Amino acid sequence: MSQIRLADVTLGYERHPAVHHVSGLFAQGSATAIVGPNGAGKSTLLKGLMGLLRPLGGAIRLEGLSRRDMAYLPQQAEIDSDFPMTVQDAVLLGFWRRTGAFGAVSRGMAAAAEAALDKVGLEGFARRQIAALSVGQRQRMLFARLLLQDCPVILLDEPFAAVDARTTHDLLGLMRGWRAEGRTLIAVLHDFEQVRRHFPHSLLLARELIAWGETATVLTEAHLAAARAACDRWDEQAPLCPEGGE
Amino acid sequence: MTAMLHALFIAPFADFEFMRRALVACLALALGSGPMGVFLILRRMSLVGDALSHAIMPGAAVGFLLAGLSLPAMSLGGFVAGLLVALLSGVVARVSKQREDASFAAFYLISLAAGVLIVSTRGSNVDLMHVLFGSILAVDNASLLLVAGISSFTLLAFALVYRLLVVECFDPGFLRAVGGGGSGIHMLFLVLVVLNLVAGFQALGTLMAVGLMMLPAIASRFWVREVWSLALLSIAFAFLSGYAGLVISFHRNLPSGPAIVLFAGLLYIASFVFGRYGGLIPTLWPGRHRRR
Repeated sequence: MSQIRLADVTLGYERHPAVHHVSGLFAQGSATAIVGPNGAGKSTLLKGLMGLLRPLGGAIRLEGLSRRDMAYLPQQAEIDSDFPMTVQDAVLLGFWRRTGAFGAVSRGMAAAAEAALDKVGLEGFARRQIAALSVGQRQRMLFARLLLQDCPVILLDEPFAAVDARTTHDLLGLMRGWRAEGRTLIAVLHDFEQVRRHFPHSLLLARELIAWGETATVLTEAHLAAARAACDRWDEQAPLCPEGGE
Repeated sequence: MTAMLHALFIAPFADFEFMRRALVACLALALGSGPMGVFLILRRMSLVGDALSHAIMPGAAVGFLLAGLSLPAMSLGGFVAGLLVALLSGVVARVSKQREDASFAAFYLISLAAGVLIVSTRGSNVDLMHVLFGSILAVDNASLLLVAGISSFTLLAFALVYRLLVVECFDPGFLRAVGGGGSGIHMLFLVLVVLNLVAGFQALGTLMAVGLMMLPAIASRFWVREVWSLALLSIAFAFLSGYAGLVISFHRNLPSGPAIVLFAGLLYIASFVFGRYGGLIPTLWPGRHRRR
């Protein structure tokens, strides 16, 4: 059984917690939406899960899997979309585990990249420059890279931000396919309707954990109001948290 | 006619050994500086080269004051000063979360001021000024070997870490997520920048060396759009600038360093006017558009 367990995790920057004392479990094959207001610590939590940020306290335990089994889709703002590079080269990075920094790209890999581009609806785009893509097309390209990464756990940070309805629909279709294949999905999302329709589990975060469980029980008016209230508070001189953490 | 062309473009090199040497030095410099400049731009560090060149100059001056007109001493001094500024900037940026360009500015200014202070205590020195502003026509075998060695090392290093450098620019989060990140690659890159500036300082002077690094790379952005073609084109532009600058300085009796960099500047302006991507003329008169 492979799962990700959070044991009293606190993540943050400069001793201010962005994610405060969160415990819980991402089960194998589950699809969890991480929701919450801006600044609630959603992206911070994903970075913690990927090991890109060290917890200030508590522990993130990968049980029955390693970081190599986890693929990560960063927010679009974090990639250099003007970089002079072809779509094909960007997608082929999905084979990083096999090629590493030095290995060659085999003919089979090139063919698989081609097939992945077809699958995300980018036929004929292989030789295009990524700078020439629209936001939606760029997101399709990054999903093609996720396809090649072929990981049992997939983390997505705001996959549909600034993406049009049709692209969102297509990409949600891909995510349904991943669920059917038994992969674990964790996605930061903002559209509650989308979450209710496609994600059985939700984690409502407002720096503190407001609720985590079945989506219907998490996305209630009372919980959402509590999340909004929690995020409006910010105290520069907040006292040190008594519950541990160095 | 042919005789005239020969006299203009070939004779200077056929007749004089120092011109041949200078030409070879330009080729070697172009091979290293071309790709270097491309990566500096892609990493949004266009001005870091400039900062580092200011940091190297005092180091070279100290080397000169300690050991006299000795290329190894001055190269070593410049290398150490440049490396120190690069490493300190990197460390401070990481520890303090300040932007790296801010710490670069801080440290190169400290280095520059210290250098000027050290030089002024020994009085003005014409030789020193001569060396700091370069003299490609006085390149000897030792410095030729140094420049060629640095270029070869740079090209080999780029071949080895090319993919890492590209991915680190394009999607640093991805690289860290797959476990390929870390500051090692950035430090290696900074060492390469310093090395190439040291290579350039004998020939062009430290300040002018940045010109041969950046101008061809910026100009090539107007013509091609992939990293490898950008690197190749900026090597070609850099070598062309070296050749043309030498010819001009030979016939007109002008200092060679500025002539070379000015020619590179000319290529840049021409690229801006005519260049396929973002050039002035193709932007103002785009021609007929396609059906789709």
